[in-house]
Amino acid sequence: MKKDIILAGVGGQGILSIATIIGYAVVESGLYLKQAEVHGMSQRGGDVQSNLRFSDKPIHSDLIPNGEADIIISVEPMEALRYLPFLSEKGWVITNTKPFINIDDYPTEEELKAELDKLPNKIALNADEVAKEAGNVRAMNMVMLGATSPFLGLPVEKLEEGIKTVFGRKGQAVVDLNLKAFNIGRKFAEENK
Amino acid sequence: MEKLLLLGDEAFAQGALDAGLSGAFGYPGTPSTEIIEHIQKSDLAKERHIHCEWSANEKTSMEEGLGMSYAGKRTIVTMKHVGLNVAADPYMNSALTGANGGIIVAVGDDPSMHSSQNEQDSRFYAKFAMLPAMEPSDQQEAYDIPKYAFKLSEKYKLPVLFRIPTRLCHSRSGVTRTEVLPENELSLPKDPNQFMLLPAIARKRYQHLLEIQKDLEKESEESPFNKYIDGKNKSLGIISCGISYNYLMENYQESKCEYPILKISQYPIPRKLIEKMADECDEILVLEEGMPIVEEMLKGYLGRGLVVKGRLDGTLPRAGELNANLVAKALQLTFKDGKNIPEIVAPRPPALCVGCPHRDTYLAINEVLKPFGQGHVFGDIGCYTLGFQPPFNSINTCIDMGASITLAVGAATAGLFPAFGVIGDSTFGHSGMTGLADAVDKKSNVVIFILDNSTTAMTGMQDNVLLGKLEQVCMGIGVEKEHIRVITPLKNKHDENVKIIEEEMNYNGVSVIIPRRECIHLFAKKKAMKK
Repeated sequence: MKKDIILAGVGGQGILSIATIIGYAVVESGLYLKQAEVHGMSQRGGDVQSNLRFSDKPIHSDLIPNGEADIIISVEPMEALRYLPFLSEKGWVITNTKPFINIDDYPTEEELKAELDKLPNKIALNADEVAKEAGNVRAMNMVMLGATSPFLGLPVEKLEEGIKTVFGRKGQAVVDLNLKAFNIGRKFAEENK
Repeated sequence: MEKLLLLGDEAFAQGALDAGLSGAFGYPGTPSTEIIEHIQKSDLAKERHIHCEWSANEKTSMEEGLGMSYAGKRTIVTMKHVGLNVAADPYMNSALTGANGGIIVAVGDDPSMHSSQNEQDSRFYAKFAMLPAMEPSDQQEAYDIPKYAFKLSEKYKLPVLFRIPTRLCHSRSGVTRTEVLPENELSLPKDPNQFMLLPAIARKRYQHLLEIQKDLEKESEESPFNKYIDGKNKSLGIISCGISYNYLMENYQESKCEYPILKISQYPIPRKLIEKMADECDEILVLEEGMPIVEEMLKGYLGRGLVVKGRLDGTLPRAGELNANLVAKALQLTFKDGKNIPEIVAPRPPALCVGCPHRDTYLAINEVLKPFGQGHVFGDIGCYTLGFQPPFNSINTCIDMGASITLAVGAATAGLFPAFGVIGDSTFGHSGMTGLADAVDKKSNVVIFILDNSTTAMTGMQDNVLLGKLEQVCMGIGVEKEHIRVITPLKNKHDENVKIIEEEMNYNGVSVIIPRRECIHLFAKKKAMKK
């Protein structure tokens, strides 16, 4: 059992809370974990990624080699494409389709769609919209985590426990919102995989 | 034993705490910042009243650490690699004074320059100073090294350098905790002259340092952090330093490496183990993160001795960080290529945040300088360095901490007008004050902007030593009170700010303008904490 995951997004979009919750579920399942993050300058609106690896055997490299990632989780569609060199042939791309545009030369909607359509294994959903319907656009991350959950090979209840742990100090309403967002994302992926 | 999930930085910090640490001194800098931040959050540190406030800069940190060591306590000093340039004076001389209580100088190196101006390799400093150095290959070693390094430091009465690269600093993994040691008692050095580097004493201390080099080499040969792993195929021997060991092992998950491997995490390099490899192998491949220091030592200037492969002969790239693919290529192993990045993917460089006060400051500066064209603004190190990016294109230089003021002084002396310097409040506290004193003394015709967002924002909101004291400090240095102007960088104050900048530009002398508005992230953080 071994999973290599790349989390992608733009600095400030909060990919690290997804990593933290998966990390929680991994550790609680008694597996080995390595999770590399980007801190510093790129966090100011630049492209950011996190390499997350877990396995039942010890893990060596903190970084995922080319062509080895089982999953790319991206909270932004163009950022999903940036890490394709790392995706394995059978790997899945789980991406939010809502663009985050803070540069002038951002590709057009059609260009993005054409590239995403080329991917054989993908789950693409407008997680911002789904989160808004669930109650708050800020739960977008948990929609994405939910959409990834069928591919992780981790017990769902451990992921839900992770959500409760991470959001617990913000109160029950925030926990419930995030659990709801998680479950909508999960259902979408189950139906579309 | 308790298992913790820690970043490399945090693992080192926890290891130091559990090894009887009494004080941590440092200045924030990516990738080293999380070391002190971990101690600031630690219950054990609170319980023991461990010092962990930020210092003015790396030099003051190093000296404060050395002072704590003088007093017999265990201490760490933390900084990023370029910070060691700032601390180089005390660090180099600490090789001669030596230590009393154990002292570890922990330096975060940034190969590939993710968040830095260069990718210098701190191991060169240790070699230059003739001091021992250690570099972990993983988070567990980052935790284990402090206990060992404090003992080594106290045995030889020398500081130990701890070098850790970005990838390990910011990667999390499980770490097994070991016993918590008590702190040292207060004690003065046995030799009252040990820290007194007058020439006559310094010469003796230097002789002593030279004499113990062979002992330090022996320590490396016997270190539990260095190991020789035998292999059947002697056509090649692999020397693998620090984190490169992980990239090597990543390529041998299914099968054992057929070549002998020497893993190095402690320096000076273990001579006997290297001799063994040179004797039994036809060629040597050196894997090291950063610069080819070990490779160059083994190869020699003319390269007529051993056959040594690595970054110098093109087996590995000369610049940038390593990874498992580069190591596979060097070993001629097969690896996957992966798909290409689609052409439509555009670069997304970091930028000033929406709502950032620096945006309004740069817009005002740009308007004032429009008639003069480009090339008049000297920048510094911090979030505001991003004022280089479009749409602002406001600054023209970024060199080192404090260089904005002094470059403006030099250029104004050459006759450039206007000459503006732009520096953040924390950077001003780090290295700006002496430059401003120069400007006042020379009566330079400069305008210095001290961008006061009340925090060290780029590294994640650390306090700085001049918080709330900027005007007083500038006046104390000798800037005339009427030429210290505080402005509020907001859209609705734009016209007023432009007028003030013009007035000060037209004053022939030193002006300081302080655009003061809290960093929006600090503002949001405080608001969230109130809730």
